[in-house]
Amino acid sequence: MSDGIGARVERKEDKRFITGKGKYTDDVRVDNQAYAAFVRCPVAHAKINGVDSSAAMAMEGVIAVHTGPEMKEDGIGDIITGWSITSKDGSPMQCGVWNPMVTTYGRYVGDAVAVVVAETQAIARAAAELVELDYEELPASIGVEDAFQDGAAQVHENVPGNLIYDWEIGDEAAVAAALEGAHHITEMKIVNNRLSPNPMEPRSAVAIFDEAEDHYTLYTTSQNPHVARLVLSAFYNVAPEHKLRVIAPDVGGGFGSKIYIYPEEITCLWASMKTGRSVKWTSDRTEAFLTDAHGRDHVTKATMGFDAEGRIVGFKTDTLANIGAYVSLFATVTPTYLHGTLLSGCYDMPAVYGNVKAIHTNTVPVDAYRGAGRPEATYSVERMIETAAREMGMDPAELRRKNFITEFPYQTQVILQYDSGDYHKTLDMAQDIADVAGFAARKAEAASRGKLRGLGYSTFVEACGIAPSAAVGSLGAAVGLWESAEVRVNPVGSVEILTGCHSHGQGHETTFAQVVADRLGIPVDNVSVVHGDTDKVQFGMGTYGSRSGPVGMSAIVKALDKVEAKAKKIAAHTLEASEDDIVIENGEVKVAGTDKSMAWHEIGLAAYIAHNLPEGMEPGLKEAAFYDPLNFSFPAGALICEVEVDPETGVTDIVKFTAVDDFGNIINPNIVEGQVHGGVTQGIGQAMLEQVVYDDDGQMLTASYMDYCMPRADDVPSYALDHNATPSPLNPLGVKGCGEAGAIGSPPAVINAITDAIGTNDLQMPATPLAVWTALQNAKSSMAAE
Amino acid sequence: MYQTKYHKPASVDEAVAALSSAEDGKVLGGGQTLLPTMKQHLAAPTDLVDLRGIAGMDAISAADGVLTIGAGARHADVAASATVREAIPALACLAGGIGDPAVRSMGTIGGSVANNDPAADYPAAVLGLGATVVTNSREIAADDFFEGMFSTALGEDEIITAIKFPIPSSAGYTKFPNPASRYAMVGVFVAQTGGGARVAVTGAGQDGVFRAEMMENALSSSFEAGALDGATVDSRGMLSDIHGTAEYRAHLVSVMAKRAVDSAV
Amino acid sequence: MTQIKMTVNGKSASADVPDNTLLSEFLRENLRLTGTHVGCDTSQCGACVVHVDGRAVKSCTVLAASLDGADVTTIEGVANGKELHPMQAAFKKHHGLQCGFCTPGMIMSGIDMVSRYQAEGQALTEDAIRHELEGNICRCTGYHNIVKAIEDAADQMSAPAQAAE
Repeated sequence: MSDGIGARVERKEDKRFITGKGKYTDDVRVDNQAYAAFVRCPVAHAKINGVDSSAAMAMEGVIAVHTGPEMKEDGIGDIITGWSITSKDGSPMQCGVWNPMVTTYGRYVGDAVAVVVAETQAIARAAAELVELDYEELPASIGVEDAFQDGAAQVHENVPGNLIYDWEIGDEAAVAAALEGAHHITEMKIVNNRLSPNPMEPRSAVAIFDEAEDHYTLYTTSQNPHVARLVLSAFYNVAPEHKLRVIAPDVGGGFGSKIYIYPEEITCLWASMKTGRSVKWTSDRTEAFLTDAHGRDHVTKATMGFDAEGRIVGFKTDTLANIGAYVSLFATVTPTYLHGTLLSGCYDMPAVYGNVKAIHTNTVPVDAYRGAGRPEATYSVERMIETAAREMGMDPAELRRKNFITEFPYQTQVILQYDSGDYHKTLDMAQDIADVAGFAARKAEAASRGKLRGLGYSTFVEACGIAPSAAVGSLGAAVGLWESAEVRVNPVGSVEILTGCHSHGQGHETTFAQVVADRLGIPVDNVSVVHGDTDKVQFGMGTYGSRSGPVGMSAIVKALDKVEAKAKKIAAHTLEASEDDIVIENGEVKVAGTDKSMAWHEIGLAAYIAHNLPEGMEPGLKEAAFYDPLNFSFPAGALICEVEVDPETGVTDIVKFTAVDDFGNIINPNIVEGQVHGGVTQGIGQAMLEQVVYDDDGQMLTASYMDYCMPRADDVPSYALDHNATPSPLNPLGVKGCGEAGAIGSPPAVINAITDAIGTNDLQMPATPLAVWTALQNAKSSMAAE
Repeated sequence: MYQTKYHKPASVDEAVAALSSAEDGKVLGGGQTLLPTMKQHLAAPTDLVDLRGIAGMDAISAADGVLTIGAGARHADVAASATVREAIPALACLAGGIGDPAVRSMGTIGGSVANNDPAADYPAAVLGLGATVVTNSREIAADDFFEGMFSTALGEDEIITAIKFPIPSSAGYTKFPNPASRYAMVGVFVAQTGGGARVAVTGAGQDGVFRAEMMENALSSSFEAGALDGATVDSRGMLSDIHGTAEYRAHLVSVMAKRAVDSAV
Repeated sequence: MTQIKMTVNGKSASADVPDNTLLSEFLRENLRLTGTHVGCDTSQCGACVVHVDGRAVKSCTVLAASLDGADVTTIEGVANGKELHPMQAAFKKHHGLQCGFCTPGMIMSGIDMVSRYQAEGQALTEDAIRHELEGNICRCTGYHNIVKAIEDAADQMSAPAQAAE
């Protein structure tokens, strides 16, 4: 089947995008359109005593100005978090209250204080500048280490010491004992830099209130429109679920930042009711930096112990995680169950312990960003093992090999049970492609040109498709993490798949169609995928955490199983054969071993015409399924980065980047490779270019592309990729998920390469030219001092 | 963007008249800096006077050892101009490295020089070549023109009409771009002229573009990179931000100066 | 207000626009050509790139009022009827897009760079493509397949010229 599983099918969705016909939220314009702009807290921490909107209201074209206290009076709820974490002493976490718009205290620069609704976007924005805030500035805590100091400014009165929770995983005593007897100990302070996700499409919302029907429609830039509807309805009291339709049309990238239901969407819905107008808001880029949830921002102290043969005996991390001013939807689970559970990496570690303290600061909320917790864990593990190898005078690849897990399933000391893998072969393949054997010669050649070459590894494992629902529930999740699908066979035999996943670049319209095409033997063009509209699709959980493959497609397979079963019954009845003898191949439903068959479309027609169905069978051919996975799936990979540093300027050039991944079975290699290209580039961005910087007062210094360094085409190389698939035994397609692996695995490979090149390990991300040059100067002066 | 009134005069005189009758008028060259500034509500001119309707403002010519570039010449045109490539290749190369291709399609030399952004490239060439800024009312030597960040000798309602560059025997420009904005974090223009070497530095200094005297002296005795060993700029006068400390910028000035000399033709 | 008349994708478009209207706003709001996107405030992301009188420009950084008489081509106007432009086809063939938001600007910049290089008789190497894309940011693809698409499209775009020789 040329369109089936494994085929490099060109994407079905591309035509609209390459011709400018994609429909994104900001492209939606309805009758009677009004526009919103927000008045935001100008300082990191303030008591708002009053909002004077008289000058704004006097401006021609301004329809209304509304504030947080009015919202509160109307019963709009506070913003919730989706996961409760219990501290190691058994106490529940403490978090500050998050009003969609400030009622009394503004807690970060950008906190929404009031909304202006006007006839045009320009008027709304100009009027927002005329709204005067009477506020009293309060002391603020900005950096995570400062915020956890004694006497630090309190972000919320009800969260003493700004400590949201003090959580642990693993066996502390076992690790302490192991480290006590270790032959070699490596210790490091590791900073995981704060990032802004930066999907190219800024967030946007169009809220439409239909007074006659008492019904709301929200077009929004969401990765999970059903979750948005549930939360907007059940917790924010905007409207009952059946009176609220949420549509996430084409969405221009998410990377986690469009999972959350932000103050602006809630406010637009409420303001549309207040004003009787459709209200549209579109973020500008600076607003996106100030208000989209950030990612990472961990400070970790790590200790790894080894025996005389180089085997890891114990690993311990203590982490401060910056949560920001409010606890966003998945902010609590990211540094805990998505981070602590990956601390064993791809190594057989007999003792592991992680402690995480989550801290409020006067900065924008921090939440899951591509990889979510797993990049932080991977960075700690992979920086530590590379550093240990250098300290012990061992080859970093060999030290990894000594510790690789080789038997599956493998139970780690930190909850997870890995499904399958072949870490040695993956590393072999990567070393071969990267021509590690020729590195010494390349290094010498570079040296002759005055350049420093370095090579760095990252061998990682990660966890996709967070599940199962009962298990996450027992760990504090407020939702289940299954997925739904409906497969509709039309009377002409074409197929529609309704999925609760949401595609915002992942290519579901093609990949999901390939699964159906493969199974039924029909062309992908006869299959369409419907998603992103709560009126069209049954409930679903959306797309994040690389779940659409392992979880979303498994739901489709389950629904297909039911469709096939019914189709076989119809065929058996029509062809007068036994159901057990019916097979579906190449678009035909056949009696095995005979020439009796029906074309696929004849089955569809028979099901709907219903003149001759088996006794008691309902007409029609349409089945739904909900799939709750048995476990996560565990993609793994070996990445090798080779760099050349110009010691005069500190500029690093990535000369080669090799990635060999195990994503289990692959449906569409083009799309999977595209995910790796993009993920690795975001990882390189984290490692070398990107960082959100706040000054001591909590003003963001990187609130535009003038100062926040996005990876550009000339910052990255073309990538050398390959795959070493060990299918996951845990889901019907044997897939593992590929959306985040690149971003998870690549930062340590880059930093390991740069530190190898410059001969000093004293380097934190991002390794900008300034940082690399400074590390080289520091190394020179400390050598001179010795 | 706030409201503004757009004018497109057909002559320099009309442009000057439009500017002088405006409450707070600004000249619009290619708009590649002014419009983003206005979009962010950081500037709110009542009137914009667009020079692109004035015929001949983008002319480029070379005669008698002087390359004259009309103020309206766009970066892409300067970069591609056979006249510029022949007369001062380093200037064509500089123009071809400003911003990105789409910015170079619109941005003009007059706009860049009049704005005197501390991270702009052209001021380094104007100062480094000892050019003359021609306005509707006078000619101003480069050494008198740049008066610090975003500040020039231009009077109110004065419009740059052209820049006259004396053609050097050789010149080079090398920049270290800010990793995020790609503007010059350090850009060094070196020129070997009849009156000795000139070295102008953009992007790095607290007061905008400046001449590096120690380097000029070193290069005047010998116009080769090795002559710059030990020739530095004082880090105390350098900008410092998250992308580059003052020490780093001062160091980069030396590195870029040497590379500019090596690239000089 | 300024009265403007321009040609957009081969059709005449006239309007009275406020003087502060950007070309991107004019295209998106007045003409409802929403394929031109806006992804930043500082003229860096390139999602808004269109062609004005044959040159690639950032439509978020040009006043509509200044373009009276101009010839504008947007992403909606590059295909020849139902036949995709070679650059569009190459982006599809090489999976040069994911979320699609930066794609219109990438395609418009890609066409512009190939045209300029071919007019000058210069080779459009991978390094040159990456450098030329300095003003176009993509967050999804890591640029790998965008570069491949532009390389391939450059070959396709030069084919007719070679055939004519």
